Amino acid sequence: MIDFNSVTTAIDRFLNSVLPHQAATLVECLIIAVCAIVAYLTFAIVMIYMERKVCAAFQCRVGPDRVGKWGLLQVFSDVFKMLTKEIIELCSSDKILYTLAPFLVIMSSIITFSCLPFDNGLQVLDFNIGIFFIMAASSFGILGILLGGWSSNNKFSMIGAMRSGGQMISYELSMGLSVLTLVVLSGTMQISDLVEEQTKGWFIFRGHIPAFIAFIIYIISGNAETNRAPFDLPEAESELTAGFHTEYSGMGFGLFYVAEFMNMFIIAGIATTIFLGGWAPFTIPGADAFNSAMFMIPGFVWFLGKTFFVIWLLMWIRWTFPRLRIDQVLVLEWKYMVPIGLLNLLIMTICVVMGWTF
Amino acid sequence: MEVNFIDIKDFRETMLAHRRKGMDFLRELIGMDWQDDGLGAIYMLENSSTHENIEVAVRTLDRERPQLPSVSDIWMVAELYEREVYDFYGIEFTGHHDLRRLYLRNDWVGFPLRKDYDASEELNPVRMESEPVEEFQREYDIQDDREMAEIVEKLKILHYDQYVVNIGPQHPATHGVLHFHLSLEGEEVRKVDIRCGYIHRGIEKLCESRTYPQILPFTDRLDYLSAHQNRHALCMCIENAMEIGVSDRVQYIRTIMDELQRIDSHLLMYSCMAMDMGAITGFIYGFREREKILDIMEEVTGGRLIQNYYVIGGVQADITPGFAKKVKEYCNDQKIRIKEYYDLFVNNVIFRNRSIGVGVLSREDAISFGATGGTGRASGWACDVRKRHPYAMYGKVDFKEIVHTGGDCYTRLIVRLEEILESIGIIEQLIDNIPEGDYKTKTKPIIKLPEGRFSASVEGSRGEFGVFIESRGDKMPYRLKFRPTGLPLLAAAHKIMKGCKIADLITIGASLDYVIPDIDR
Repeated sequence: MIDFNSVTTAIDRFLNSVLPHQAATLVECLIIAVCAIVAYLTFAIVMIYMERKVCAAFQCRVGPDRVGKWGLLQVFSDVFKMLTKEIIELCSSDKILYTLAPFLVIMSSIITFSCLPFDNGLQVLDFNIGIFFIMAASSFGILGILLGGWSSNNKFSMIGAMRSGGQMISYELSMGLSVLTLVVLSGTMQISDLVEEQTKGWFIFRGHIPAFIAFIIYIISGNAETNRAPFDLPEAESELTAGFHTEYSGMGFGLFYVAEFMNMFIIAGIATTIFLGGWAPFTIPGADAFNSAMFMIPGFVWFLGKTFFVIWLLMWIRWTFPRLRIDQVLVLEWKYMVPIGLLNLLIMTICVVMGWTF
Repeated sequence: MEVNFIDIKDFRETMLAHRRKGMDFLRELIGMDWQDDGLGAIYMLENSSTHENIEVAVRTLDRERPQLPSVSDIWMVAELYEREVYDFYGIEFTGHHDLRRLYLRNDWVGFPLRKDYDASEELNPVRMESEPVEEFQREYDIQDDREMAEIVEKLKILHYDQYVVNIGPQHPATHGVLHFHLSLEGEEVRKVDIRCGYIHRGIEKLCESRTYPQILPFTDRLDYLSAHQNRHALCMCIENAMEIGVSDRVQYIRTIMDELQRIDSHLLMYSCMAMDMGAITGFIYGFREREKILDIMEEVTGGRLIQNYYVIGGVQADITPGFAKKVKEYCNDQKIRIKEYYDLFVNNVIFRNRSIGVGVLSREDAISFGATGGTGRASGWACDVRKRHPYAMYGKVDFKEIVHTGGDCYTRLIVRLEEILESIGIIEQLIDNIPEGDYKTKTKPIIKLPEGRFSASVEGSRGEFGVFIESRGDKMPYRLKFRPTGLPLLAAAHKIMKGCKIADLITIGASLDYVIPDIDR
């Protein structure tokens, strides 16, 4: 298995030898930013295409197949269309906040995305409260949605924004609880340590019952965080036409759209990192020949494979369930998920203290 | 013509007496202009348990300020019916608490269905500005010291310090151009004001200047999801009036096509309900099967939506040779597919939580609102015209009338899904035995109805669809009235939507399954 730490260190050493230290850091920052944005957009394109094909398969359809071979160029043509669209300015909107909102959403999404550990050493930020930072960064996207809905000065958008506020802030809680459960199990918040620990066995297996419950809670609240059905109330196209982004056109809408997709990737990526071992391969204790064969597969293949599996799960949910009603969403969170999450945290703590984990 | 008018002074007592005798279903309220015999209305009442029918007519000779007592407190549906009559004839119903125009603009000059209506363009030009919004309800009440009823109370329709939201006229979940004016408190709906007329084409007015064969195509454009049944009613009415006999073959074909159309409509209802609740896969599943019905219809009639198939005395063209085989294949397929709907959507816990106990319409209310069809049957009212007054082949086939007592959105969907199976049963009983014979009886080149009043009703896809013709022996009707299946549903919606959440409003709308062109006509 390749350790990307050696690669990054080599680049760092090379840059420092040809440039003064500060310039080298600046160049590194730029390279990282470009890489992160390119990767972000690439995954967005892959996921939009995947969503269309997966959704078509669930609905007994073919999906896009006209633009390019198997419709591969469909997403590109859509992006091109969106770029050429007129950005409509509303006279009664709050101009600054209205323009700012999509950028807040996409910023939070890109920052969170950069923290994902794609492979050993292949991540931007790695420090001792990594998972905490991810949670914090991902939650300020709500601000963009709230502002977008509020500044549009449209009643539908406003209702959508209020719903998203209620929903996303609530579900942040049970998401935090399920992540905390796993932090208790691993004893660390540093992402590299979290994954390193799982080369001996994924947490979902090592933490058995409480870890599995935490995984279910995480997937449900993750679905709610990304505003996807059955939790797509902030948009609820049959009730609020398009919810909080009703008044956005062109790339303003495009940014919301891409951010929503990439949030799904991020949710799946975090699930992979803390439950399914990140880039750590699947190993069976004792079966050394099998384990070494597994270690031959590169880490980012493991990471992306697992992430896309979780994404597929999320899509399966998305295209099966009807939408919940706002009171039901909140009842589900406050009356079921939070108490269960707290209880689960307690069980996990007891398990860890008594040494009942693997 | 012979009309037995009740004296206007005894009118309310008579109506109350009828109501006490069990005439609890106001089938139709037809505004009439008898020219020299005054303006008035015909009330068609039915006893919901014995299916006994009576007609009551009342008139006023005053053409300047025609006033009739309102019956909106006796039958709730009269509230909208009377607004319609006011809109078309200018008859003021005293005691009605919200007498505004229903279809036409508030600033419309004149009452179009009056025989002396001036249709000149100077009076009603194409207006480029928005309709002035009426803020107040107008109530006409008899004052003791005055002979004429005047506007006595102004009640605000909506308070503008509340959070007022417009659902429609362009909105994905109103299934057409309907406008809900809502006042919200948070997510809760405090008050609903329903505004229709965005697709009003004045079909009843148009009919008065068209010959009978020219009227036929209008029916397909009312409720486009029960195009066949609507046309069946009109053809039946004309055939009965002219005493044209139709062959058994025609009766078979008409019954089969009616049922196919009903399945088509119910599938669409299921699909749209799934769509409105966010289950898009459920929507696609329903449309997958509906497509097959449309293919069959296209093969036989040449149309997929507007079919123009039935004509006076028969049908436009004979069925195609492969028809029976295709229909049977479809029926077998549908019986399997319907289980998928239950697995995917109907038995889903989220759907059940969102629909069970939501928008409950009691049996008494359903009858009082005249909410026939699946909605009435879901509230426990056995209102199927096919059983009440059998026509075509319905008296001879064996089928069950699906009646449930839940009255909520869930039950309304279940009734429709079970009716699909019953319809398949009817088709299967008939499809193998279609007798030989003419597909069209020869009629005279010019069709004239004898003098008199004729009516016929059929079970449309979403309730009782009726046709009423008053003829003066001409080749054009003197007055033609379609009983809309959707207007009573809208009246009921108005009541059950109050106090629900925005999301429930959409669910209720989807479960009532109204079609706007049918409401607006």
